[in-house]
Amino acid sequence: MSTRLATGGRLLNKDRAYQFTFNGKRLSGYEGDTLASALLANDQMLIGRSFKYHRPRGVVASGAEEPNGIVGLGEGAKFEPNQRVTTTELFDGLTCASQNHWPSLEFDVGAINTKLSRFLPAGFYYKTFISPRPFWKHVYEPIIRKSAGLGKAPKDRDQDTYEHFYAFFDVVVIGGGVAGLQAALAAGQAGAKVLLMEQTAHWGGRAVVDCHGVNEGEENVNGTPVDKFVDEIVAELEKLDNVTMRTRMMGAGVYDHGYLIGYERVTDHQPELDGPRHRLWRIRAGQIVTATGAIERPLSFAGNDIPGVLLASAIRDYAVNYGVSVGDRTVVVTNNDDAYRTAITLKSLGLDVPVILDARVLPEDSALMAQAKALGIRVMMGHGVAAVKGGKRVTGVEVCSQAGEGAVLETIDCDAVAMSGGWSPVVHLWSHCGGKLLWNNDFAMFQPDVDNPPRGADGEGFVIPAGSANGALDLSGILADADAAGKAAAKATGHKPGKGKAPSVQGITEAPMAAVWLMPQGAGVKKRMKAWLDYQNDVKVSDVQLAAREGFESVEHAKRYTTLGMATDQGKLSNINGLAILSDALNQPIPQTGTTTFRPPYTPISLSAIAGEARDERFQPIRKTPIHAWHEENGAFFEPVGQWRRPYCYHKPGESNHDAVKREINQTRESLGLLDASTLGKIIVKGPDAGKFLDMLYTNMMSTLKPGRCRYGLMCNENGFLMDDGVVARIDEDTFLCHTTTGGAESIHGHMEEWLQTEWWDWKVYTANVTEQYAQIAVVGPKARKTLEKLTDADISADALPFMAWADITIGDGIPARAYRISFSGELSYEIAVPASRGREFWDLLLAVGAEDGITPYGTEGLHVMRAEKGFIMIGDETDGTVIPQDLNMQWAISKKKDDYLGKRAQERSHMADPNRWKLVGLETVDGSVLPDGAYCVGEGTNENGQKNVQGRVTSTYYSPTLDKGIAMGLVHNGPDRMGEVIDFPKVDGAVVKAKIVDPIFYDKDGEKQNV
Amino acid sequence: MSNPVSALQGASFDGFAKVEEAGLCGMITLRGDLASAKVKKAVVNATGTEMPGQREVKVAGENALAWMSPDELLALVPYGEVTDKIAAIDKALAGQHYLAVNVSDARAVFRVSGTGVREVIAKLSPVDLSADAFTPGMIRRTRMAQVPAAFWIGEDGSATVICFRSVAEYVFNLLKGAAAPGSEVGLLG
Repeated sequence: MSTRLATGGRLLNKDRAYQFTFNGKRLSGYEGDTLASALLANDQMLIGRSFKYHRPRGVVASGAEEPNGIVGLGEGAKFEPNQRVTTTELFDGLTCASQNHWPSLEFDVGAINTKLSRFLPAGFYYKTFISPRPFWKHVYEPIIRKSAGLGKAPKDRDQDTYEHFYAFFDVVVIGGGVAGLQAALAAGQAGAKVLLMEQTAHWGGRAVVDCHGVNEGEENVNGTPVDKFVDEIVAELEKLDNVTMRTRMMGAGVYDHGYLIGYERVTDHQPELDGPRHRLWRIRAGQIVTATGAIERPLSFAGNDIPGVLLASAIRDYAVNYGVSVGDRTVVVTNNDDAYRTAITLKSLGLDVPVILDARVLPEDSALMAQAKALGIRVMMGHGVAAVKGGKRVTGVEVCSQAGEGAVLETIDCDAVAMSGGWSPVVHLWSHCGGKLLWNNDFAMFQPDVDNPPRGADGEGFVIPAGSANGALDLSGILADADAAGKAAAKATGHKPGKGKAPSVQGITEAPMAAVWLMPQGAGVKKRMKAWLDYQNDVKVSDVQLAAREGFESVEHAKRYTTLGMATDQGKLSNINGLAILSDALNQPIPQTGTTTFRPPYTPISLSAIAGEARDERFQPIRKTPIHAWHEENGAFFEPVGQWRRPYCYHKPGESNHDAVKREINQTRESLGLLDASTLGKIIVKGPDAGKFLDMLYTNMMSTLKPGRCRYGLMCNENGFLMDDGVVARIDEDTFLCHTTTGGAESIHGHMEEWLQTEWWDWKVYTANVTEQYAQIAVVGPKARKTLEKLTDADISADALPFMAWADITIGDGIPARAYRISFSGELSYEIAVPASRGREFWDLLLAVGAEDGITPYGTEGLHVMRAEKGFIMIGDETDGTVIPQDLNMQWAISKKKDDYLGKRAQERSHMADPNRWKLVGLETVDGSVLPDGAYCVGEGTNENGQKNVQGRVTSTYYSPTLDKGIAMGLVHNGPDRMGEVIDFPKVDGAVVKAKIVDPIFYDKDGEKQNV
Repeated sequence: MSNPVSALQGASFDGFAKVEEAGLCGMITLRGDLASAKVKKAVVNATGTEMPGQREVKVAGENALAWMSPDELLALVPYGEVTDKIAAIDKALAGQHYLAVNVSDARAVFRVSGTGVREVIAKLSPVDLSADAFTPGMIRRTRMAQVPAAFWIGEDGSATVICFRSVAEYVFNLLKGAAAPGSEVGLLG
């Protein structure tokens, strides 16, 4: 059984006990524990069930690479699924629950799948559920998703906060082990601005554990033990002002141009604190040093997934760091010297190591072997594990010869197995942005190809690997490599590294490892079906071999077919073992098979951290006009228009939208309406060439406009399609004010600047977007002039300010205003622009003086209906990016006098000039009903797909309160020539609406109402 | 109500830094040839400051002159003086090709003060805000989260942030969140 030892636990504060629960069971641990060490201290070996076969699983590692130990952490608004117990720091009151089990962790019905595993090989789902096709989406997938799958999605809103932080450094060192510390020191001493980040809460990495109690006095740095060396170098770094050190911060991803994401877990370990839970650092680094260490590989033998089988390094981590013994009797199985450290460590703590099974056959004992033997540990060279015995926990191992097929030579009782298949450098961050890899045959591992680093804009590398992440696996090599990396990074960022040497290391020489990809070498199919590669996704040696046999020869294909490495751990343990098996099956060397692609993030990061501040009221900017608060207080039903919220209509008590719109329109047409038009784009265009410029931008002539007058214009893109419209006012000889649509304000300003800056850079024109400078309010209706006259002394009579003119006037007690006599409703109408900071004041004045005429604010729907009654087009309704002015019968707005304007040539192309293009008409339903928006008009016959031919479509459709019937506009084939014809618009329910083709101007065709 | 009002009417928040809406500020966008002696003279006369270089802002009391692009300046003057200042510029530059336009009402201005000013802004804008990289006299025209913004940090350590008026509330909420107690990063002091 796993338990807490009486002594040890260098990271624990045993004065501070923490209570926590697992599946409701109350357990206790200490400050400094990870959730994994605390669970093991309470003999909780079984932590979850596997993805596919629901096999019992316990922790296998002690760090970020853990595939099995994942739980649902927290409850309610704190709940988060798939949290690795090995990287979760224990805190008082932590609650967690195992995942993927039913009805309980101890007794799981899904475990029947493991008995059926013969029938659930790789590709099983693809092969079985492929037909009938529609069943996948509606039957198979929902069922499979339910039975397979890990954590549950949270149900409650996340109660925590998250943020981003932008930071800039010369050198960023990822990893706070001895390599990272040394690299940071070397770069820092050279004067570089350095950030050193470590994903755990502690500096020093695993070197401290590795040297703990092993060869005492023989492995040291600068003559001091490794833990002391770490304390000293940390103290030295803390003294450097130019070095920033952050723990609990992981290098998540490396991107182009030295861009780097750091994921800082700020309060995960102390959830009671204020402040963000996670902070996403968005870093620009001159050079990135990846001192990311190495990960130990499992060995592939039957039963290597039974709880109690752990990586050898993890077993000694738990013992040294947390004072936890995973078992009283631990069998060590290895292909290298490093695992001997585990045996020696355990033995020195008084625990039993019945045997070390070493797959190698070596001519003589190495130093570590000799030390193990001296401690009385039995070593069996050339041997391995035939199978692990046990179900929910290990009870023993069957020993066999590595060279054979697994005949059992001996059975040894034990309650833990420490396995080591060698080490793989963590090359993820090196590879994210294109760093290449080399195969190192001596250590059977991929390591960075330092001649092919990720390169920046200058063609030089911007990532430097350091230490074991660069393939240096001995302490002396690690520190020398890291020192060189730090100096190189400093130099590359313009600093002068000192001549100081790397710390001197007294190390021990290890015997060469031997590549072992399957144990025993000749294991039969039954064993291979129990030899797990990917624990989390339940991929076995036999699955990868099957994939190879079925032709999935590319490593990327084999990965997807088998799902190897596709779980939340992204194959940190399984990757190399899997592709070694694949290479063997394909009978090709490992480098030829290659690796799958390493993509960020290194381990999963919270989605909330990616979102940062962008949630709730900061989710996205909501633009508000100066009158927005009034709208809110007066029953506005808002609709989004770009990032603005505009009132669609204003509800009086008990009104529906329909009622409100009808009331607003009737009151405006009969007496007086008011519209907040502040969102309309307003762009100043000034300069001697302004007229020439606008002649190019608009289809009609603007240069002939007289100061004091307004003209409606159409704007097309260079492909001839209509993109914006609006009224242009000429302010003076040199200056125009262009009104754009609400949505077009920024894009049309950008469009203008693009032409001015890239094509017509020698034209003397300046533009400025002054949209938000003004609150613009439309005063509309027969009583509009009378109302305004109450607020101004200026002469705004029909003679002084005729239709399509503008004048500067003063409102009330000195509000400067510009009145544009323009109309989008067909009524007598003034659009008055006042400074935004006086917009609300002006609005309130209008409400006060207009009260006697029943002044009625109206919303965008009223605006839309009134313009449709007048047959005015709306960009985005009548246009959709494929419509040209000619389609809308707007030839009157296209100047024939001009040599050119944007879109002119495009509009002359054959398809644009084709008389068969659909053209704008009015549509009036025979029964007075409202046509469905977007409805198509069907014609004779069918097309090549067997669909009915269409001959037109509805672009705008409304109930007109003015006419008390449905009105619509649409684009219809030969429409203008077919006045009076009745055409068919089928509805979704199959019924057909009959509509007559009519003139699109339904109301006041001669414009008598607006021109008074 | 008979006076101009700013977007948030002086809203403020006390976090680890203090965030205040600074009220109305007169602003003139000037576009023209910034190498022209006449243009320089006209704007410098309007603000009483020196002429800023690239990515610089020159401050003199309530007035400031900021470089916005190779052919654009932003002049900051008291709100009530904008019309006169523009008239003076128009007079000085008569016959020249330039554009001077009042944008005072199109903007909202925030003052962020206290020890953590740089960290508050560094949570929102992709700018190196370390004291040695972003010094008084520099201005950045950039973004804050999802909207355009410009800012500088004065000799007294407080920051002036300018954004569009319509998003004043959004930017205030951003600054408020970034200054929330307990969220100090501990990097930029």
